Amino acid sequence: MIEVIDSARCTSCDICVNVCPTNVFDKTSGVPVIARQGDCQTCFLCELYCPEDALYVSPFADQAQAIDLIALRQTDAMGSYRRAVGWTDGTRDRRGDDRSYLLFGH
Amino acid sequence: MTIQPNRAERVYAPTGSVEFEADVLVLGGGPAGTWAAVCAAERGARVVLADKGFCGTSGATAAAGTGVWYVDPNPALREAAMANREKLGGHLQDRRWMARVLDRTYQQSNRLAECGYPYPIDDSGKSQRNSLQGPEYMRLMRKRTKQTGVTILDHSPALELLVDDDGAVAGASGVRRQKDDRWTVRAKAVVIATGGCAFLSKTLGSNVLTGDGYLMAAEAGAEFSGMEFSNPYAISAAFGSVTKTLFYGWATFTHDDGSVVPGAASKGGRSAIARALLEGPVYARLDKADDEVQRQMRVSQPNFFLPFDRTGIDPFKDRFPITLRLEGTVRGTGGLRIVDDSCATSVAGLYAAGDAATRELICGGFTGGGSHNAAWAISSGTWAGQGAADYARQLGTIGGRKLSRSGTIAYRSRSRRAFEPAALAKAVQREVFPYELNYFREASRLEGALARLDAAWHDVSEADAASKADLLRAREGAAMLATARWMYRSALARQESRGMHRRDDFPEQDDRQRHYVTAGGLDEVWTSVRPHADAAYAEAAE
Repeated sequence: MIEVIDSARCTSCDICVNVCPTNVFDKTSGVPVIARQGDCQTCFLCELYCPEDALYVSPFADQAQAIDLIALRQTDAMGSYRRAVGWTDGTRDRRGDDRSYLLFGH
Repeated sequence: MTIQPNRAERVYAPTGSVEFEADVLVLGGGPAGTWAAVCAAERGARVVLADKGFCGTSGATAAAGTGVWYVDPNPALREAAMANREKLGGHLQDRRWMARVLDRTYQQSNRLAECGYPYPIDDSGKSQRNSLQGPEYMRLMRKRTKQTGVTILDHSPALELLVDDDGAVAGASGVRRQKDDRWTVRAKAVVIATGGCAFLSKTLGSNVLTGDGYLMAAEAGAEFSGMEFSNPYAISAAFGSVTKTLFYGWATFTHDDGSVVPGAASKGGRSAIARALLEGPVYARLDKADDEVQRQMRVSQPNFFLPFDRTGIDPFKDRFPITLRLEGTVRGTGGLRIVDDSCATSVAGLYAAGDAATRELICGGFTGGGSHNAAWAISSGTWAGQGAADYARQLGTIGGRKLSRSGTIAYRSRSRRAFEPAALAKAVQREVFPYELNYFREASRLEGALARLDAAWHDVSEADAASKADLLRAREGAAMLATARWMYRSALARQESRGMHRRDDFPEQDDRQRHYVTAGGLDEVWTSVRPHADAAYAEAAE
């Protein structure tokens, strides 16, 4: 489930509020808030659309997890999904990397 | 030549609501809904698309990667593509529909390439078009939908249909969750593309898929087909949401003590996993994937690895606990019954596309993966959008129709009992999640579940109207409940095992039951039987 909006990185663009398919976030006058964490379906799409790598979705779908943000910032987890699918400036060449055609029919 | 798109018109509405006049209203903004909206708009229709979440991220496709039943127009390849699935699907497919879906999917996938979808190029320089990356695909479809002049309402779940005095569907109404107000669209035709129902099981991207469109359509009198084909379960890490059954084709499945689960496999052995899970935990390790396959998996669906990378599990070396999450009619093949080539339903003005519609025509009683569903979404979306636009044009000017709201459950004022949506959803899940009820079916267990579900329906029918804050959840719960009842009533009617539908009391496929099961009704659920096209032809020839 969504666990973190890193206020140090967030620019209050509210993209996450718009794109979340289950309407988990609420706008505020500043950084959005995780208003309905229990509605999160752990689809990771907010992370994918966040241009600042300010979000972190924990892979645990059914239970909230305590997250140490300081430690998390030192890993490459935040933004890792965006880089993997080629949605950052430095990784655009990955968008055509899909090799599913080699895996089908197994 | 630039064609100026016709836009839906926003009309006056009292405070607290917005209203639009359109030719075609599309409910749902996944693949089927966006293809329907684009194709209706291209026929000159004024189109509104309302999505429960955000068109572009909403639904099972956006969050995942999906195969596409894309086959080059080579007669031998096409023949093989149709033939190799017929047995799995229990011979309920219709060759004519398979052929037209293959044609349309080929054509529309090539249009996607022209619009800029970054299909991969293989070593021989050929563009490979049998797979789509969900986020990339649906971001592009949102863009195309906007470019064709469609008005998109995001975070705007539809809650009930509007009907005219003759019972024809003429719009819908719902709420705008982020504006805290109501929306109404008066339209000449409506396309239901709200997806299937996965019962809030958290199978990837599916929690917006609660059967809402089924309930609304049923309230307008629509029928269903193949609702017994509604019990696929997908493999995921026990703690996670990412279901990607394809990759588990390289897995070894083990019990707690490390011994291999006999017969367990991702393809053709999932029931062994379900039976083992009834006894205790089951673990997987993708130890059959060599380095090359591992690399291909990583680039083909990066989000598969997020749950592992973020918990320090190496899925190729480490054992991790797995579970089976119910996919219901999202990966099942049942849905709204289609009555003609334009994907019209049995109700005037109402069309169905994608997972909301039955996929028996191309899949029969089984889909192995997303491939056929993706092809169906593209094709049925195209036909439903065009069909709805043509129907709207034929209707012409119809000012001043008196429309009424068709919502029932959660809208009726009854003072006796409050509506409790959270309890309702849980009660439905208790009947549809257990493998011993839904995966492995048997008459007395189905009858027990149905008795409880029918009682729950009676209960919510007696409940008071849901509060404004609860209305969406109440309607979702009612939709899940109605879906479960069509599923199990259909499952009882099919007294054999065929496709994904397995009956412990009728373990064999029965040639005399090579037919379709129709279902419908709300207070009283009914089923009946329709012959397969081949049987109908044979009878006509006699």
